[in-house]
Amino acid sequence: MSICIIDYGLGNLASIRNMIRKAGGKSEISSDPTVIAAAEKLILPGVGHFAAGMENILKSGLLPVLHEAVLERKTPILGICLGMQLMAGHSEEGDVAGLGWFDADIIRFRQEDMGNLKVPHMGWNEVKPAKAHALFPNVDEPERFYFVHSYHIRCNNPEDVLATAHYGYDFTCAVSRKNIAGMQFHPEKSHRFGMGMMERFIQWQP
Amino acid sequence: MAAMRRIRVIPVLGIDRGRLVKTVGFKHPKYIGDPLNAIKIFNDKEVDELAIVDIRAALNGTEPDYELIADMAGECFMPLAYGGGIRHADQAKRIFDLGVEKVIMNSAFLEQPELVTGLASNYGAQSIVVCLDVDRNMFGKWRVKGVSGSRKYEWTPEEAAVMAEEAGAGELLLHAIYKDGSLSGYDFDLIRSVSGRLNIPLVALGGARGTSDMLQAVQSGASAVAASSTFVYNRNDTRSILINYPNQKTLTEEVFRHL
Repeated sequence: MSICIIDYGLGNLASIRNMIRKAGGKSEISSDPTVIAAAEKLILPGVGHFAAGMENILKSGLLPVLHEAVLERKTPILGICLGMQLMAGHSEEGDVAGLGWFDADIIRFRQEDMGNLKVPHMGWNEVKPAKAHALFPNVDEPERFYFVHSYHIRCNNPEDVLATAHYGYDFTCAVSRKNIAGMQFHPEKSHRFGMGMMERFIQWQP
Repeated sequence: MAAMRRIRVIPVLGIDRGRLVKTVGFKHPKYIGDPLNAIKIFNDKEVDELAIVDIRAALNGTEPDYELIADMAGECFMPLAYGGGIRHADQAKRIFDLGVEKVIMNSAFLEQPELVTGLASNYGAQSIVVCLDVDRNMFGKWRVKGVSGSRKYEWTPEEAAVMAEEAGAGELLLHAIYKDGSLSGYDFDLIRSVSGRLNIPLVALGGARGTSDMLQAVQSGASAVAASSTFVYNRNDTRSILINYPNQKTLTEEVFRHL
């Protein structure tokens, strides 16, 4: 099993590699189109500004490589944080188009609904699965994950919602459709909960 | 039922030449143990986040110990912040590339706030923490210090905090020097006064004895709490070293449930 962590210049890639290793998997960090095309699974990481993320993907020439791997060859892919957000059609952050793999928008936390909570949402939060899925098997204990973000996804297709969390209000924190999954939180920085998620991603056969 | 609000509870570990140390009032570093061993224990205890500060790198003008940072990041399955000796952007990049989520800027922020601005625009504000070390001057007024507490500045912590936010910091670590190692509770007035001027999260540090201090810090305006002594000493007894951290049940019952 080879997992390629896509390097497009944003995000803490070493942490993801460390967690995959701990979960018993093998990964390679790469921006090389041939490595990405040959990978059995992909991770699209990312931390930072949405527009900067899309710009880097366009500049690096990876856009057709990603579309082909994910949409045509159906390579399983996991987006993390900004990597998940980029899978949406559009973001308010920079008002730019994303990869368009989900019919969804990235919107800023609505401050008027937040009370005295600060944005970014930074810290641990419980995640509630919204549907049965190999990445979120039923568990008795609620799972906690680490979040750091000011924007979140809003899906136009309710069946794309994989999990929700609550910060000021309920928001979608994970999405999935066929071979594509995305998570706002950071499994690579979420202790045994994140390790469990990585193990399930390694096993995942969509 | 409304979802329970959680706040981050962050152990801060001081290191000096690769050894874990604990100071009192930024002085008298006492050898506590091996940082990698401590990180493994904090991993097992599932801490929310961890901060590592090289307490003398700024003072001695030494480079961050990249080898040690890489080893620590490789063992850290929670967010990791590192501070100490970061004076230019290349050093920060190298630290991020090793798998560290956040850099903590203190002396460099006071001397060259534009460094914070540049790093925040490159890596996102959430990865840049400004730490303000606050002391009381001879008139009992709060003033900011830098370079391991050795350099005085005229800024009040409120002024410096606003500068940090304007420079682009994602959060502010507010450290009361006179509380360091005291195990006498946070300076809640300081937390209240500084948080009232800030929009970014304030993380309180210095003096915590346990969960009731942490709760009171949040009620005073902190968004998260950090502590050092109470997490390395057994029941706050400085004669007895024991890496410890409250479990989720304790945190829920003694902190989260009251927020």
